[in-house]
Amino acid sequence: MDKSSDIELRLLIEAIYLKYSYDFRDYSGASVKRRVAHALRQFDCATISALQERVLHDPAAFMQLLQFLTIPVSEMFRDPSHFLAIRQEVVPLLKTYPSIKIWIAGCSTGEEVYSMAILLREEGLLERTIIYATDINPASLEKAKQGIFSLENVRAYTANYQQAGGQRSFADYYTAAYDYAIFDKTLRENVTFADHSLATDSVFSETQLISCRNVLIYFNKKLQDRAFGLFHESLCHRGFLVLGSKETLDFSAYSKQFEPLVKQERIYRKS
Amino acid sequence: MSDAPDTPIQGIEAIVVGASAGGVEALLTIFGQLPNTFALPIIAVLHLPDERRSQLAEVFARRLNIPVKEARDKEAVEAGTLYFAGPGYHLSVEHDRSLSLSQEDRVHHSRPAIDYLFASAADVYGRRLLAILLTGANQDGASGLAHVKQSGGTTVVQDPQEARIAVMPLAALALHTPDHILSLGRIGSLLASLEPFPC
Repeated sequence: MDKSSDIELRLLIEAIYLKYSYDFRDYSGASVKRRVAHALRQFDCATISALQERVLHDPAAFMQLLQFLTIPVSEMFRDPSHFLAIRQEVVPLLKTYPSIKIWIAGCSTGEEVYSMAILLREEGLLERTIIYATDINPASLEKAKQGIFSLENVRAYTANYQQAGGQRSFADYYTAAYDYAIFDKTLRENVTFADHSLATDSVFSETQLISCRNVLIYFNKKLQDRAFGLFHESLCHRGFLVLGSKETLDFSAYSKQFEPLVKQERIYRKS
Repeated sequence: MSDAPDTPIQGIEAIVVGASAGGVEALLTIFGQLPNTFALPIIAVLHLPDERRSQLAEVFARRLNIPVKEARDKEAVEAGTLYFAGPGYHLSVEHDRSLSLSQEDRVHHSRPAIDYLFASAADVYGRRLLAILLTGANQDGASGLAHVKQSGGTTVVQDPQEARIAVMPLAALALHTPDHILSLGRIGSLLASLEPFPC
């Protein structure tokens, strides 16, 4: 029944898992298929089998392919109303904890991390917070650690920041140099960037809030449930889980283990 | 290619529809005749400005006899329901017949892209897919429609003479010869005449 290319795709994903331990086996199929097709053109490979041979024998080629398999689409204060809701509904409750641990799962190139850090600083919480920012893509993590973003994008983020209830001038948080904005490094003083896979790794800490936005849409239901399981295990009693604007617990086996706090903004609490 | 199907199209399990500029009116015309007993799923991409929340599902729900929803990630595709892709995310069909969202780059400046919906649905439904491409001012959908045809599905393009903006139908016709080139009225009748595929 399978077409040859579907067989080749499965073999490639399996080969990547066996050789490099990156597990894309339970990612949503349609998107993975498109991304591999895109990679084929960039690698100038005629078939997925040819691409498989290359990445199996050349770790550098695999790291290149990884950049296609992960989707670094992000922005600061993406969905401003989401961050406004965190500020208004979640922060007052977070303030009751003497110390706070936050996990940003699938942090990509760091936009969500700096957004959260800025929000926490303005609310006077950053100094007693530890943020774990994790991703499977080392190149993305490296970029996140740098905290350097294109000035052109930062202009768009400025509008987001203001709509998200930002209290200062967004330019207070970065220094412009040529076409780049270099973000204040004290924002990441309490941030630990780490390689972590929601597909293969386990829980590493108890947390009060987990933000995992626009990551779960790339997983199938089984892998989503694995991720929700990790979040449930990591979160403290009544801890907060925040998802992307189109992500939901509704179709998950964990729908009963969380309750919506601000449903429209995908902010949940552990039941 | 023929002006109209001689016999009703048989064995269809799902319908995908793409439209851009002029699409709201066109979609209301083709779906307007569907009875509340209509038993096939319809998944549609209509290009809209990139706003976070779209009123599309609400607008169509008020005007049509079938349930209308904005597609949600991991939602199972249900018969007799019209799903719209929401703004800012691509919409695909997965092999377990659920819907998935993604934020890959835009295609022909569009996210959601008709090409992605059509190609993913073609992979899942094969010859049991009916794909319809309507009015629009860009080329999205043309290669997706060709993909549907290659996978054995049935393809319909709105008659460019009649389309509010002919760019999209003409781009599709330049790439492959569809099974039917029809007016909106004929597409509406064709849809209303479809028998559900026995599962």
